Amino acid sequence: MNIGYTLIGELIAFVVFVIFCMKFVWPPIIGAIETRQKEIADGLAAKDRAAKDLELAQEAATAQLKEAKVKAASIIDAAKKHEAKIVEEAAGKAQVEKERILASGHAEIETERNRAKEELRAQVALLAVAGAEKILERSIDAAAHSDILDKLVAEL
Amino acid sequence: MSSTAAASETLTSQEYIKHHLTNFSTGEGFQAIHWDTLGWSVFLGLVFITIFYSVAKKATSGVPSKLQCAVELVVGFVDDSVKSTFHGSNPVIAPLALTIFVWVLLMNAMDWVPVDLLPWLISMVSGHEMSHIYMKAVPTTDPNMTFALAIGVFILTIYYSIKVKGVGGFIKELTTQPFGHWSLYPVNFILEMVTLLARPLSLALRLFGNLYAGELIFLLIATIGLFQLPVHFLWAAFHLLIIPLQAFIFMMLTIVYLSLAHEDH
Repeated sequence: MNIGYTLIGELIAFVVFVIFCMKFVWPPIIGAIETRQKEIADGLAAKDRAAKDLELAQEAATAQLKEAKVKAASIIDAAKKHEAKIVEEAAGKAQVEKERILASGHAEIETERNRAKEELRAQVALLAVAGAEKILERSIDAAAHSDILDKLVAEL
Repeated sequence: MSSTAAASETLTSQEYIKHHLTNFSTGEGFQAIHWDTLGWSVFLGLVFITIFYSVAKKATSGVPSKLQCAVELVVGFVDDSVKSTFHGSNPVIAPLALTIFVWVLLMNAMDWVPVDLLPWLISMVSGHEMSHIYMKAVPTTDPNMTFALAIGVFILTIYYSIKVKGVGGFIKELTTQPFGHWSLYPVNFILEMVTLLARPLSLALRLFGNLYAGELIFLLIATIGLFQLPVHFLWAAFHLLIIPLQAFIFMMLTIVYLSLAHEDH
């Protein structure tokens, strides 16, 4: 085993390899590794944040949905009450109208009947006078006997 | 593998093992150059650099390619190891640890190449007898390799110790502990120097010893005839543990030594 030039040669080779590795091999590779590690860490953090955001959004959505349901129920309730009120009012109005129409109808009928009675009375008086004229076969002074005729008419 | 036994009938087991543990070298003594160690280590270093650089050029923080995923797995593992031990900021330690881990891993992995495969291929191509071909393909079984790595780390340790603590601080660290009295400073210095020098020594010898022993056992197994096949498999499976573990230990100790250099007492 001859220690000597071989050792020196290997020492030179060693130094050259180490310097080459130090300048051209190590920095880009470790740089790539560390950059990727950072990117992965950032990505994972972003994922956690996104998951939390999603949870919050879901909670908010649920709360809003619940609120909307409550609101809708109250609106429906109010509408029902309103409807009942309208129906009640309409029924009341209709009743009043009916009574008014009935009353006016009754009044009309009454006047009509009174008028007819009046006419009838007048004609009966004329008939009675005509009849009496025929019976008496003489002209009766309408004016002289009008008091009797009036009495007769009043009796009808 | 078993075919070698026939090809090299003239060799005894001892010669066979010795032959396989000899580097392909030129020159003698200090001037010897182990071409197989140099060639394979530089080739494997280039494999590491090429793959990682091709990913680094196209590195994206978006959806990564499958190759980028694999490379990021290794880089992330090294980065975690560095950050768990070293808490300062230093642009050198992490790339250094990555280079050491992957390079040593690849060099150790050469242990899985069957011990006679490369010599056999070379003899097929070149036409030489296998007994004339020397090819020790695992660079980390050569102390030149492991000491080169350990010395590189050691130099960085000294450099950062002085840079962080100053020359005075570093000398103070070497002399004023563990014993507080001034008369014991020389003793402290001897103890601290042993500690200091034991680090690169143990770093280099641990890797070398483990891989050399592993290779030796592979060679021993290769000499036992037909039964070597299941035994080889078991030993190779055991190296699934040894090979990455030794690479990891080397990287981890490098990080520990360099973070100790940054600590101010």
